[in-house]
Amino acid sequence: MSYTQLKRVDLIFDTEATTKDILQTAWSKTNEQIVNELLESGLKGRGGAGFPTAMKWKFTSEQPEKERFVICNADEGEPGTFKDREILFKVPQKVFGGMAVCAKVIGATQGFVYLRGEYRFLLKELQKQLDDFHGILKDLGINFSISIVMGSGAYICGEESALFESMEGKRGEPRNKPPYPTIAGFRSKPTVINNVETLVYAFMITKHGAKKFKDLGTADSRGSKVFSISGDTPKAGIYELELGMTVEQFVEEFGDGDTKAVQVGGASGFCVPRKKFKDTIIGFEGVPTGGSMMLFNSSRSMYNVLHNYLEFFEEESCGQCTPCRVGCQQLMKGIEAVKKGKKHAAYLEQLMKLSQTMKITAKCGLGQSVANSFSSIVENFKEEMIY
Amino acid sequence: MPEIKDLVKGLAEAHGRTRESLIPILQGVIAHENYISDEAMTEIARELDISAAQVYGTATFYSFLDTQPRGKYVIRVCKTITCAMKGKSLIIQELEDLLKIKLGETTPNRKFSLLETNCLGWCHKGPAMLINDEAYTELTPEKVREIINEYIRK
Amino acid sequence: MAKNINLKIDGITVSVPEGTTILEAARQLNIQIPTLCYHEDLCIAGNCRVCVVELKGARTLPASCAMPAAEGMDVLTNTLKVRTARKHIIELLLSEHNAQCTTCYKNGKCELQNLASEYKISNGETFIDLVPSKNYQIDAYSPSIIKDDSKCIRCQRCVRTCEELQHVSALGVAYKGDKMKISTFFENPMFEVVCTNCGQCVNRCPTGALIERNYIDQVWDAIYDENTHVVVQTAPAVRVALGEDLGVDTGEIVTGKMVTALKRLGFNSVLDTDFTADLTIIEEGNELLTRLKRALVDKDPNVRLPMATSCSPGWIKFIEHTYPEYLDNLSTCKSPQQMFGALAKTYYAQKRNIDPAKIVSVSIMPCTAKKFEADRPEMRSSGFKDVDFVLTTRELAVMIKQAGLDFAKLPESDYDSIMGQSTGAAVIFGATGGVMEAALRTAYEVVTGREVPFDGLNITAVRGMDGVREAAITIDGTKPEWNFLEGVTLKTVVAHGLVNAKKVMDSVRDGKADYHFIEIMACPGGCLGGGGQPVPTNKEIREKRAKAIYQEDTGKSIRKSHENPEVVGIYAEFLKEPLGHKSHELLHTHYKARQRY
Ligand SMILES: Cc1cc2nc3c(=O)[nH]c(=O)nc-3n(C[C@H](O)[C@H](O)[C@H](O)COP(=O)(O)O)c2cc1C
Ligand code: SF4
Ligand code: SF4
Ligand code: SF4
Ligand code: SF4
Ligand code: FES
Ligand code: FES
Repeated sequence: MSYTQLKRVDLIFDTEATTKDILQTAWSKTNEQIVNELLESGLKGRGGAGFPTAMKWKFTSEQPEKERFVICNADEGEPGTFKDREILFKVPQKVFGGMAVCAKVIGATQGFVYLRGEYRFLLKELQKQLDDFHGILKDLGINFSISIVMGSGAYICGEESALFESMEGKRGEPRNKPPYPTIAGFRSKPTVINNVETLVYAFMITKHGAKKFKDLGTADSRGSKVFSISGDTPKAGIYELELGMTVEQFVEEFGDGDTKAVQVGGASGFCVPRKKFKDTIIGFEGVPTGGSMMLFNSSRSMYNVLHNYLEFFEEESCGQCTPCRVGCQQLMKGIEAVKKGKKHAAYLEQLMKLSQTMKITAKCGLGQSVANSFSSIVENFKEEMIY
Repeated sequence: MPEIKDLVKGLAEAHGRTRESLIPILQGVIAHENYISDEAMTEIARELDISAAQVYGTATFYSFLDTQPRGKYVIRVCKTITCAMKGKSLIIQELEDLLKIKLGETTPNRKFSLLETNCLGWCHKGPAMLINDEAYTELTPEKVREIINEYIRK
Repeated sequence: MAKNINLKIDGITVSVPEGTTILEAARQLNIQIPTLCYHEDLCIAGNCRVCVVELKGARTLPASCAMPAAEGMDVLTNTLKVRTARKHIIELLLSEHNAQCTTCYKNGKCELQNLASEYKISNGETFIDLVPSKNYQIDAYSPSIIKDDSKCIRCQRCVRTCEELQHVSALGVAYKGDKMKISTFFENPMFEVVCTNCGQCVNRCPTGALIERNYIDQVWDAIYDENTHVVVQTAPAVRVALGEDLGVDTGEIVTGKMVTALKRLGFNSVLDTDFTADLTIIEEGNELLTRLKRALVDKDPNVRLPMATSCSPGWIKFIEHTYPEYLDNLSTCKSPQQMFGALAKTYYAQKRNIDPAKIVSVSIMPCTAKKFEADRPEMRSSGFKDVDFVLTTRELAVMIKQAGLDFAKLPESDYDSIMGQSTGAAVIFGATGGVMEAALRTAYEVVTGREVPFDGLNITAVRGMDGVREAAITIDGTKPEWNFLEGVTLKTVVAHGLVNAKKVMDSVRDGKADYHFIEIMACPGGCLGGGGQPVPTNKEIREKRAKAIYQEDTGKSIRKSHENPEVVGIYAEFLKEPLGHKSHELLHTHYKARQRY
């Protein structure tokens, strides 16, 4: 079998047009035009949840409360994800540009970038770029400014409502939803929060129009996406690829010839075993991903992989809700006990049920998604869990 | 400790005295002191007119806001999956040998602390570590030795 | 007008105002959904997740306490999915929990235990026991409160209580993930931090993680000891709440039964804190009038106004930590409990001819802070510890059960004498606004020779449950010796719950208010909502207890403190005059500035 090479795309890192040009294009359009183009393009959020970006902006712009905010989520903490760092390093002005366009649509004058503490080394250059950007805005007479807010080492602060809490000086504990950020986000004001990559796509769609983006991908997963590729691969790194490929196509290009599983979407995503490579599409119709693709070859113990994930969740859970705080501990202690023979293999079934409870009862996406990796690994690599 | 008092006061003036400035102030203390002492937290609570337990609760939530004394250089080695696969254990072993401390400890001269942390966003170049804000990637024991020697000379 | 929302719960249609949660809507239909982190008095946390329900069309099971009802919702509260999920959640909580119910103080009164029992959780099914891997701590240094982390389910009710109701935040949430815990500043003992000992958190903790330090055994020992004379005093708010723990309806007054019970328990003399509440009014009222005179006539710049009440030890500790520069504004009067204690081992001992060294003085209080107060070094003016043991209403209920008394069926009896007589003015000390009302009834009459000009002596302006209530009363027709008060409008304010105390104190500090007299009670609703009262305590229950208190007041033949014959008697025989030498020695105290941080 042979496959054509996966289609490489260059929307994100392309620097042909200047920020100023694109901003001018944006400001020549009405807000309605911008929203319609986004809607037409089919752009969905790149931070994981995949909410249509156009709708988010539209809802926020329709709120009765006039003070609104736009926030760029640069807390990138999902294991196996590192593309936002690269985007912020290479094309920061496009990120700021996306925020400015969003601000125009929703009527915000203030924006924030929430940058994870682990990326503090980017801060100096980012601030410089931001100063330049503010200069451009001034030239164009645009009333909008951005501040950079630093995180301090807490994965959960990538969850949008936890991020607001953190920006408000508190523990990053996710809030009850509803209300959603579009109604009550930062400082309880209507807020658009988008992933770094989403903002750049939105900016580029404003430049090129919807077609260039829409022509890529599939009906459910339009456009392209920046992938963070790591693990057992000779080609680890960052790639912008058209959406809609199967895991098999992906492995063909990025595997090391001995790939036994691919973790799509990071620790909170799904593990796809070799036998399912062929039928699994990477995208919203199959396994969604915020961009993290981790490859494992046959030398790896999937028990160790799962244990590592569970340790991550156990520590990074905010700890407020029962299913997640205690569930993570139980799943981890549970697989340890089975491995050591202290619990019968049938205990795995009970843990699977527990993970399903976590999926439907946890307060936020963290606790809800632990079951993804847990059940996909336990189901497909049961022997490795026991022996 | 008058210095801590002045430091916190200065930070409060720079960032403002609202709850929103709490984390920037805590980060500011870290930048100067490497950790947040109980005196510092007490001062912050006073400046912001909030309870000390709230300052403590917020600080302990964030792994970079250490409330234990730390060395001048805090080394945080990624322990998450790809770094683990690419040999983070060897890196930790090497660091323990070099610094003659165990994970979680600080050298007697208060120069280095050795900690583990979760994914740093350099998975394609694991193993990775941070020394304060600086990232080091594709580590090998040899590379670690060079880096640490560099810091020892600093 | 709020819009109405129509939804279906378990197939039954219900219409509720917009903003109602699914939980509240279900309660309207008498469908019980279990809860743990939810408490009527507090903001919604939505963290325990036991209240999950199935919502048709939703991917997850929402927490009914946190989910607003929306038009057309189809909710199911008892499906296999819901049951399995709830059971899992209870099992998870238990796996982190040092579940030794038989030796737990909360045994029989614990919300977690109730749920475990309701869902028939048995050992075989539970997950791995996580307790051995936790480094749980017990903080038992405080004379008022014991905090046992191994019993904590992290519902954060205590944290929300301390922040939202008390503005103290002595407790917070610390760390995250599996290490997340409820903690004071730097995990110091509660005794050493800003905690006011009010016990509001104790009252709301669903488990045995926060409990009062109990002195039940010590009190039994004293009772059994033939060489002691054990006197007991009962605070005003106890008699309107004790019944709740003993099978009597909420809001029923059980004074007479309580007195019988105390006698049957073996106390040598059953006396009333209400007596010293009346005494407080005389002392405090005179203190206020003296301060007013010094301010208005002598133009003394050192006199501190407004004067604030001092009968709530939670409030005292709060002001000592938070507004130490205002300590001189506090009335120097001890709380009625401590006045009683000091008199029990002096006046009472003399009159009854008992060696004060042999007297054990016990008090029954709605309050955990009173335990701390009794331990203060200042509270030894009789030459002994003035009050030896303080029991909460809840502890008394336990003793009554231990003694095998069928409380509801007990006959009624009267307090012993001396120090057992009281007035309606003293009874209302138990409700927010009561001290103010009692003080005004007396002070007005002292100054004018006439009763307060309110229908049936009921000063309704200072009653009620609003957090801060202001009232002004203009004095006219003064007696000659008080004519400096002629035409003066006495400005008063009443606040309950320390979050409201803070509001009042901030406006005083910022010069925004020119009150003469401030009444502050640390607990919401006043002592009737005290931290030592039966659980649950919530808005509805507080209102019922308040109603009972005012009913007791109306039913009393004497309703003004200065008319209490025993009070008249003690001045004639022992104290001589208000604010006199003896009073100063026994009934007044001073305060101590404390660190807020
Ligand atoms: C535990 C958790 C962590 C998350 N971390 C991130 C993150 O680091 N970056 C991000 O953009 N979104 C993250 N999200 C998703 C955000 O909550 C939010 O959906 C996203 O920022 C919205 O942006 P988008 O619509 O552009 O995807 C996280 C969600 C959860 C539940
Ligand atoms: S699911 Fe986990 S991270 Fe989310 S609120 Fe619950 S405990 Fe916190
Ligand atoms: S707190 Fe409740 S469940 Fe826990 S041991 Fe005590 S009674 Fe039992
Ligand atoms: S101490 Fe009690 S109220 Fe506080 S979190 Fe624990 S269980 Fe809940
Ligand atoms: S006793 Fe009162 S002040 Fe102390 S922690 Fe509990 S609620 Fe807070
Ligand atoms: S796994 Fe180590 S940097 Fe991501
Ligand atoms: S009662 Fe609803 S989540 Fe706790």
